[in-house]
Amino acid sequence: MTKTSRRIALAGLSAGLMAMTALTGAAYAQSINLTYLIPSGADGVAVAEELVKSFEAANPDINIDIETRPGGSEGDNLVKTRLATSSMADIFRYNSGSLFQAINPAQFLVDLTNEPWQADVQASFKQVVTAPDGTVRGAPMGAAMGGGIYYNKAIYEELGLSIPKTWAEFMANNEKIKAAGKVAVIQTYGDTWTSQLFVLADYYNVSAKDPSFASRYTAGEAKFATDEAALRGFEKLQEAHDAGLFNEDFGAAKYDDGIRMVAAGEGAHYPMLTFATTAIAASYPDMLDNVGFFAQPGDDASLNGLTVWMPDGIYIPTTTSNLDAAKKFVAFVASVEGCEAQTRAGGASGPYLVNGCTLPDDVPPAVSDMLPYFAEGGQNGPALEFLSPIKGPALEQITVEVGSGIRPAADGAALYDEDVRKQAQQLGLPGW
Amino acid sequence: MSYLRRYWLSVVAILVSGVVFLLPFAFIVLTAFKDQKQSALRDFSWPDGNYLWSNIVEVVTTRNWMLLTAFINSTILTVASVTLLVIFAAMVGFVLQRRKTRFNGLIEFLILAGLMIPPAVVPTIWLLQGIGLFGKLHGMVLIEVAYGLPFSIILYRAFIATIPRELDEAAIIDGARPFDVFFRVILPLLWPVTVTNIVVQSVAVFNDFTNPLYYLPGNANATVQLTLYNFQSQFQTSYNLLFTNIALITIPPLLVFLFFNRQIVAGMTAGAVKG
Amino acid sequence: MAVMTETGVAGAAPLPAMKRRSPYPGWFFLPAAIIYGILFLLPTVASLYFSLTRWNLFSSTFIGFDNFAQFLREPFLIKGLINTVIYALVTSGLKVVLGLLLAVLLTSQIRARGYLRSVVFFPVLVSTVGVGITFTVLMHPTQGMINEGLALLGIKGPGWLVDPNLALFSVALVDVWKGVGLATVIYIAGIVAIPKDYYEAARIDGATSFQNFLYITLPLCRPATVTVIILSFIGGLRTFDLIWAMTRGGPGFASDTVASVIYKQYQAGFYGLSTAGNVVLFILIAVLVVPLTMLLNRREGHE
Repeated sequence: MTKTSRRIALAGLSAGLMAMTALTGAAYAQSINLTYLIPSGADGVAVAEELVKSFEAANPDINIDIETRPGGSEGDNLVKTRLATSSMADIFRYNSGSLFQAINPAQFLVDLTNEPWQADVQASFKQVVTAPDGTVRGAPMGAAMGGGIYYNKAIYEELGLSIPKTWAEFMANNEKIKAAGKVAVIQTYGDTWTSQLFVLADYYNVSAKDPSFASRYTAGEAKFATDEAALRGFEKLQEAHDAGLFNEDFGAAKYDDGIRMVAAGEGAHYPMLTFATTAIAASYPDMLDNVGFFAQPGDDASLNGLTVWMPDGIYIPTTTSNLDAAKKFVAFVASVEGCEAQTRAGGASGPYLVNGCTLPDDVPPAVSDMLPYFAEGGQNGPALEFLSPIKGPALEQITVEVGSGIRPAADGAALYDEDVRKQAQQLGLPGW
Repeated sequence: MSYLRRYWLSVVAILVSGVVFLLPFAFIVLTAFKDQKQSALRDFSWPDGNYLWSNIVEVVTTRNWMLLTAFINSTILTVASVTLLVIFAAMVGFVLQRRKTRFNGLIEFLILAGLMIPPAVVPTIWLLQGIGLFGKLHGMVLIEVAYGLPFSIILYRAFIATIPRELDEAAIIDGARPFDVFFRVILPLLWPVTVTNIVVQSVAVFNDFTNPLYYLPGNANATVQLTLYNFQSQFQTSYNLLFTNIALITIPPLLVFLFFNRQIVAGMTAGAVKG
Repeated sequence: MAVMTETGVAGAAPLPAMKRRSPYPGWFFLPAAIIYGILFLLPTVASLYFSLTRWNLFSSTFIGFDNFAQFLREPFLIKGLINTVIYALVTSGLKVVLGLLLAVLLTSQIRARGYLRSVVFFPVLVSTVGVGITFTVLMHPTQGMINEGLALLGIKGPGWLVDPNLALFSVALVDVWKGVGLATVIYIAGIVAIPKDYYEAARIDGATSFQNFLYITLPLCRPATVTVIILSFIGGLRTFDLIWAMTRGGPGFASDTVASVIYKQYQAGFYGLSTAGNVVLFILIAVLVVPLTMLLNRREGHE
């Protein structure tokens, strides 16, 4: 190659590079670019943006681009597809527990067991992002959540009701609310996933009566239809429907309607996960103090406790373009500054799983109601999906049927067992 | 048909079509004028105030002006793939309709199979990665062409039947090459079908959600349908922004249609059929 | 496919003298065949192997025909099958009838023809996701626009999407709303292609407009009818995107079709099983559509 042509080639190359830098937008002379994939939705994006902003301020040489994907099962699929085809972003946020197990963590995710920050991550979280080979593959992204029942405090005050510790007390409260001409229980089957709460949030009560349920369920020995304690979740849903406690449009109402109704007092109870506190704070800040929370009651007041959901994890795929930079970001998320950034963007919705992270003093009542279950002497336990890799995919359709009176509870539970069997076979578990 | 009857028929048609086809659009537009709280009620009501402009600004600027990137990508994708689609499909439709061979049955079956079988996503990604087209806009163009071909071929094939065979044979005897016969004689005659094809396939490609989601990952590659997910998640939906977004991304297909609609009308008056 | 076409070219030349000058060269197939063959047929054939495996995208275990056995045992398969056929018949039937009527209306001397033709086609322009979101809102049982409109007339509207007996039909109606514009345009193109001499002759014979329709328009726009039937019937059989956007097969499983059952399995990560389901669906469609196509095309040949 002659000198001139080399120079021309160089000029062309640098022009091309300049054009490329211009295209990547705000990047000045930053050397490292990472992508971070999160589920879509305004609240999640706001938290991610705040995290990225604080991280970039501390690490000016790293630039992180946020990418979004659909949530729910569409998102599960996309995550699996991108992992299987080596096209995953450099860092991504995804569920912990059974969904985490389904993405073959040992094969696709970077081992984070020996990262220094793991010392401050609580063991209860590590357990739900541990691959079958015993290595920890993720860091907590978000706060722990409770599955239970939001209630409208104004209605409780007006009717002189007290927080129920047993299912019978809960139903008695419902009857009084209904007699007062109000909607006792809000259901929102326009978003089918919300229909599962009565069943899923009942798991603390199941495990309180039958501590070995999860392991026997994973082994294919315990079934929802035949285990009396497990069947109760389905039965409670049916009882609530049969008693006519639901809002008139329960079949079409959406999750958004549900949080509005419980906040505004259009309904008294809304079974939900406590991440909804963030959404209530964002959409109905002036009504936030009206909303309280309690665990789904079981049949025995002395065994009252909360079913707990672990937050999502943040993971690094083995295909990441810059492992060191990606690890830096994950370490930041799992630090006290990370928790603070999350609280700034989304408000506090529950206890964080990193030691040293604290909640602000002025948390809304829905959050402070939840804290005693985590404190000394309180009772809580993880949801079934964190104890067993098997969760049947059709549960939300089945609970819609049971909650709509299309199918009796026992039938629904049996149908769900069938669904679970299919999932277990797919996972190749022994005993199925 | 008497004048009066025709008059009443017109009035009824206009009223019914207005209620059935336009009211839903009115709902979309009204919602785009509302603020978040009122839109969350999702009722057919007059907006409390005019929030259209702030909604548009928010929709357009969200996620680093993602909508603009998406408009550019979707436009390139649509124009390129529909151009290829129309030419290739017309060529196949022409020869397939004209020449009867023992392979016709098989070819027609393969075409129908394209309509019947949903694409196999993961093997396709492996293949695209193998030939270096994964995550590339031109790879996506070829995918859209492949997935759109059966539909377009079937449309063309049906209408090539209405063009007399003598026409192409006469041209050949005059010494024209097959290439010219097709592009100069046949293709112009197929204009009404071509317009239908252009409109339908543009809309399909422009509105495609699933395929870009899998084959074209990355923010720089966003297409318009993906932007709907900025305002709608499993947990929360901003209906005012969502419907503003729907209204905005429906404008380009609408323009394409309005432009070509006049072409269809022009073709009609040339054909001049009076009932 | 490309290779096949090549042999097709060689084997198809009817007369050696014609070969060089055939106005219908086989290479016209080539560009389409290459793209379609590589990007669609090849992956599809490859995926057939996975229907015989337990596949989680990351690894696959060969399990023979277990997936097919499992798929045929699906609790809602029979209901899904019935729903699929109902849905396909209702949507394609309505699209054919309404599309033809609208096309006749819109090629007649009606007022505001341009406006009407645009309006009928508008819904085709909106994405399925957009249509799904909009109609889910409009069909809300208590505060939806449709039932509020009915309430003005003193009718208590049904729970369009929440009544298990009605959900499938509600989605089918929306499908027709969205798709009838396309059928109409295909019919308009067909009607326009009818030489106007026929109508002139009929006018001289003193035919009524109904006779015109019955004896000229209907038989002569047959290719359009065939196209509309095939496209909308196949579309109806494999539909899932609108159903997914509106009811997700619900309430419960009430509006599940075969395609939505398969899609749910795919979403749930049962990739081998859903591929097997696709093979079953393909066979089902082929069994219904191939004879239908042959029947329709044969009668076309006779005329």
